[in-house]
Amino acid sequence: MKSVRVLVGTKKGGFVLTSDASRAKWEVNGPFFAGWEVYHMKGSPANPDRIYASQSSGWFGQIVQRSDDGGKTWFQPGFKKGEPTATPEGMPMTESNKFAYNAMERPLTTHQWYDGTQHPWEFKRVWHMEPSRTNANTVYAGVEDAAIFKSTDGGSSWQELSGLRGHGTGSKWAPGAGGMAVHTIIEDQNNPQRIYVAISAAGTFRTDDGGKSWKTITKGLSSLYIPDPHAEVGHCVHRIAMHPARPEVLFMQKHWDVMRSDDAGESWYEISGNLPSDFGFVVDVHAHEPNTVYVIPIKSDSEHFPPEGKLRVYRSRQGGNEWEALTNGLPQKDCYVNILRDAMAVDTFDPCGIYFGTTGGQVYASSNGGDSWNAIVENLPSVYSVEVQAIL
Amino acid sequence: MIRVVLPFHLRNLANVGSEVQLEVNEKTTLQSILDALEVRYPMLAGTIRDHVTKQRRPFLRFFACGEDLSHVAPDTQLPDKVITGEEPFLVIGAIAGG
Repeated sequence: MKSVRVLVGTKKGGFVLTSDASRAKWEVNGPFFAGWEVYHMKGSPANPDRIYASQSSGWFGQIVQRSDDGGKTWFQPGFKKGEPTATPEGMPMTESNKFAYNAMERPLTTHQWYDGTQHPWEFKRVWHMEPSRTNANTVYAGVEDAAIFKSTDGGSSWQELSGLRGHGTGSKWAPGAGGMAVHTIIEDQNNPQRIYVAISAAGTFRTDDGGKSWKTITKGLSSLYIPDPHAEVGHCVHRIAMHPARPEVLFMQKHWDVMRSDDAGESWYEISGNLPSDFGFVVDVHAHEPNTVYVIPIKSDSEHFPPEGKLRVYRSRQGGNEWEALTNGLPQKDCYVNILRDAMAVDTFDPCGIYFGTTGGQVYASSNGGDSWNAIVENLPSVYSVEVQAIL
Repeated sequence: MIRVVLPFHLRNLANVGSEVQLEVNEKTTLQSILDALEVRYPMLAGTIRDHVTKQRRPFLRFFACGEDLSHVAPDTQLPDKVITGEEPFLVIGAIAGG
């Protein structure tokens, strides 16, 4: 039977929301990893029962969790219940939470700190898990301080793709308010050697050789909050989205400005058009209409809540510039939540389902492409991330 | 037999009760206790001290026999009562609200 699974990472644990394909009635499972911050949970396109989760804590650091049964049970890769966890010599079988920068390959340098001084690179946490589209055991992790790691053994061990950190512009990268992290990873479905990443606040990068070398793709971005608004790096990119059928077209929500590229990031142009604010965090693309784009405007960089206290999703069916407010079922007064960068997702049913989570603990869903909305859960901890799986 | 008391979240990760018992064959130091703990419960590696630098995580403290051992050198011999198991070695998370 067709069903839907919504994976929700929150400030105090992870949740799995399930429904049949009607998406009318929802069951809430969790909290998993209760009391820990769950920055992101994402299922493998190659095996939907395989889900990866990033669990972290200011006290105990980073933990990677994995489920092989669609989110019912979880384990740290390499530490499955009933299986040996150490070699006969007493050495750990795996180190699934070890994210060590490859200093042999690329020296550990420094990046810019908030006050403009240089600060050493230090691993803090995994912000984003991106399972490969084709292999359930291959998964990428975007981490703070900014770097990308890859696992080919189901998350049991991680190797840095150090060419990104070693790009050479690293000394000019700076943390945003939340830290300096790789938060967006997009694999090109037609060309697995091509991967896009975005970093706050460095910009966006592309590799065409599977992660060995990276180039900045920031031409056309303009950021008034950095000394040179058109600099190669320093742009605070919040999220990039791509439709798999049209991989050369990218949509970006930047710190300010909604942007679009039609040439795989080689150049960008603004498509903010009639939005009430072009500040925001999320951007996503309709599953069946590559030119239909969704954003949720936020008032400003100083006031992280919807303009006028009205929670409105904006949809453009023209690939940008002309936007319509979607308000049916969303609070239209006294709403002062935020929607963080990883907290919007779309399912692949027809009509397309759209989902987003708020810092107020609501997850809203639309089963008709955004025409109407309802809260499928209302009182979770602050939502960090939302992903969805359509189970066929 | 060394007794080690772990904070709530680490007990859950290791699937143990509030206190674990460890055999430490060599000189009983801060480092040898943590080494033994990570060998017995490898899922705790990286959670109490950094994988690479072996530095204590900033929000964790070590106590035993009423003494704060958080800042002693890794090769410092622990109090006799910890070595005999009369007193536990405590891993404690710093109190922080929010």
